[in-house]
Amino acid sequence: MLGTRAGRTAALAWITATAVLMTGCGSSSDEEGDSAGPVTLTVGVFGDSFTPELYRAYEAAHPGVKIKEVRADYGTHHNNLQAHLTSGAGAADVELVEIGQISGYLGQSDKFVNFKDTGVDVAQWTEAKVAQASTSDGSRLIGLPTDTGGLAICYRTDLFEKAGLPTKPDEVSALFPTWEKYVEAGRTFLAAAPKGTVWFDAAGNLFNGILGNEAQTYYDSSGNVVAGQNPAVKKAWDLAVEAVKAGESAKLSAFSAEWNTGFQRGQFATVTCPAWMLGYIRTNAPKTEGKWDIATVPGGSGNWGGSFATVPTQGKHQKQAVELATWLTASEQAITIYKTLGNFPSAVRTWTSPEVADAKDAFFSDAPVGTIFPASLEKAPVQVYGPQWGIINTAFGNALTTVEKGTDPEKAWSKALKDVAAAAG
Amino acid sequence: MTPSAPAPPSVRPGGVPGRRAPALRGGRAPRQGSVLTPYALVSPFFLCFAVFSLFPLAFTGYVSLTGWNTRREGSEATFVGLENYRHLVADPDAWNALRNTIGIGMLSAVPQLLLALWIAHLLNGRLRGRLFVRMGVLVPYITSVASVAIIFNGLFARDFGPVNWLLGLAGCDPVDWHSGLLPSWTAVSVMVIWRWTGYNALIYLAAMQAIPPELYEAAAIDGAGGWRQFLHITIPSLRPTIIFTVIVSTIGSMQLFGEPYLFDLTRNANGGAAREYQTFVLYIYQQFWFNGRYGYASALAWALFLIIVVIVLVNLVLARRVRGED
Repeated sequence: MLGTRAGRTAALAWITATAVLMTGCGSSSDEEGDSAGPVTLTVGVFGDSFTPELYRAYEAAHPGVKIKEVRADYGTHHNNLQAHLTSGAGAADVELVEIGQISGYLGQSDKFVNFKDTGVDVAQWTEAKVAQASTSDGSRLIGLPTDTGGLAICYRTDLFEKAGLPTKPDEVSALFPTWEKYVEAGRTFLAAAPKGTVWFDAAGNLFNGILGNEAQTYYDSSGNVVAGQNPAVKKAWDLAVEAVKAGESAKLSAFSAEWNTGFQRGQFATVTCPAWMLGYIRTNAPKTEGKWDIATVPGGSGNWGGSFATVPTQGKHQKQAVELATWLTASEQAITIYKTLGNFPSAVRTWTSPEVADAKDAFFSDAPVGTIFPASLEKAPVQVYGPQWGIINTAFGNALTTVEKGTDPEKAWSKALKDVAAAAG
Repeated sequence: MTPSAPAPPSVRPGGVPGRRAPALRGGRAPRQGSVLTPYALVSPFFLCFAVFSLFPLAFTGYVSLTGWNTRREGSEATFVGLENYRHLVADPDAWNALRNTIGIGMLSAVPQLLLALWIAHLLNGRLRGRLFVRMGVLVPYITSVASVAIIFNGLFARDFGPVNWLLGLAGCDPVDWHSGLLPSWTAVSVMVIWRWTGYNALIYLAAMQAIPPELYEAAAIDGAGGWRQFLHITIPSLRPTIIFTVIVSTIGSMQLFGEPYLFDLTRNANGGAAREYQTFVLYIYQQFWFNGRYGYASALAWALFLIIVVIVLVNLVLARRVRGED
C-alpha cells in the first residue's frame, strides 16, 4: 500500500535511478589524471602493424604507461574512427589510418594532432610520403608513416615446376618484365598447370598491382576525380579483364576465409605481393613454408598500401600519445617491426642499414627481401590520392569481381563509374 | 460452430471480478500524489523513447535535408532542401536494395512461419523430454548473428563448402552462393530462417496451449483426423498470433542487416559484388559509414521509416479484414 508521500518518494527514487542509469553509460571513461599517475594508451589497428613485444618494450622504458591494442578489420576500423571523430569521443589515443583512407581524413585535419608542431624528425621519410598525410598547403601533418607496400610477385615454386616454368627468381622475373607479359605467362602456366590451380588469386588484386606503378590513378594532381578518363586506369582494367577471360583468376575475395584457404591449398601460383603480404601469407598459410619465392614485380616498381599513425585531438593523453606514435614510427622500431612482421619500413635511412638491406626471408626460400622491396620502391612513382580514393578503389574491385562472375565487362565498367560518381555525391 | 478466436489474456474478462476490490481499497481517494505516481512509473520508458528514438528520428530528418558528407570540408551546414529525397527516387541502387529486401523477406518469412507452425504443432504433442526440446528450438535465436554467419559462410563456401559438396554428390554443379540473385538470396534467407524459426515456433506453441482441449476432443468424436484438426481448429484459433508474427517478421525483414552484412566476405557493405543481396539497411549503412554521405543516408533512413509505416498500415487493414471475416 503506497501512501501519498511514499508514492511520491518512490516515484522520485525511480526517476533518479533511471537518470543515473542513463547518464552512467556516458561517463564510464577512465578517471586517470592527465599527466601524473599511470596512463593507459590505446592503439587502434586493423592488422599486424606492431607487436606485443614492442608495446612491452615501450612500457618498460616509460613507467606508468600501459598500452592496449584495439583491433578491427579494415573497413570497421576506419568506419569506427570516422564515427568517433564525428561524435567527438571514443577514438583510440593512437589510430592507424591506411594510405587509401588518409586523404579522406585530411578534410578534418583539425581533429588530429598536427605533427608539424610536435618536433618529429620528418626527414626520416621521403617528402612524397610525408605529403600523403599533409594538407594540401603543407601546414598540417596528421599522420606519421609506419610501413610501405613496395611491390613484388610471390610465386609457388612447386606449382611453377609442375607447370614446366622456371623456378629461380631471376628467370621468373625475366618471364614478366611487364604486366602484359605477366598475363601472357599466365596462359603458359595454365596450359600445363596442375589440376585446380590457376595463375592468380583475384582480378581486383591484379588491378591494384598494375595501378601500383602509376602516379595518377583516380585523381589528378589538382584533386579532380579522373578515374573514368585516366587511360592508365582503363588499361589496368582491360588487362585484368583479359586475364579473367583467359581463366587465370581463382575469383576469390581478398582477405576472406576462402582466400586464406586458397593460399593454404595452393589454388593460385602467383600473388601480387606488397611487403605486408609476406606476413599475411606466413600467418594464414604456415604450412606453405618453403614453397614460395619472390620475383620482381612487372614494370619493376610499385606501391600498394602502407599506413600512418595519427593522434586524434579528442584523446585525454595527447602528449603521451604523440610520444608513443613518434616512437612506434621511428626508424629503430621500423627495423624491429620489419624483422618480426615483414612490414617494410617507410623510413628511407633504414633501407641501407644492414638489418634491412641484408635481410632474407626463410619462409620465402630465403628471398633477399632486403633488396627486392627497396628496389621496387626507389623507382615507384609518387602517387596521388584523394578523399574518395578508398571508395573508388572498392567500386572498381567490386566491378572486377562481377566480371569474374560473368558480367559483361562493358557493363561492369560503366557500373563502376556510376558508383564512383555516386560516391562523390 | 467454431467459437471466435480466444482473446489475448489481458482482454479476457478476469475470472472473479470481486477479487481485485481489496487491492483497490488502499489506493482509494486518489489525491495529488497518487495521480502522478503512475505517470512517474511509466516515465522511464517515455524518457528513453524520447532520448533514443524520438530525438534520433527528428535529428535524422534534419540531417537528411543537408548535404553533409564527411569527406567534404564544411558540408555539415549546407542546407539542400529535398535534394537528397529527389536523388533517392532516381537512385537505381536504392530501388535495387528495396527489391532485395522484399525478395529476401518473402523468401525467409514465408518458409520460416510455416516451419515454425509445424514445429510448434510437433512440440505441442506428447514428446519425451518436452521441455528440453522446446527450449532447444530457441538456441539458434540466442546465438549471435556473427557466429551464425561464420558457420554459414563456411557451409556456403564456393570451393570447399559442404553444401556444394553435397550438391556434387547429387551430381549437381557447384553453386557460387555469394553471387547471383537466387543463390545469394537463398543463402541469406537460410540464415534468417535458422535464426528466427524457433522464436516464432515458441510463440505459436504458447498460443496453441491456450486452445481448449475440448475442441479437439469434440472434433475427434466427430471423426476429424490430425490434419483436419490442425486445419480447422489450430489454424483458426491461432489467427491473431499468426497476424502478430507476420507483422513482426515483416518489420524484421525490412530491417534485415546483420546476415547480409556478414555474408559478404569483403565486409564493404556492398551485399555482393553486384549488390545482389544488399538490403535497404545495408545500403544505408554503406552510404553512411563507408561513403560518409550523412545527408543522403539520413534521407534513405527516413524513406525506410515511411515504407515500414505504410507496410504496417496495410498489414493492419488486412488483419482487420481477416478478423472481420470470422
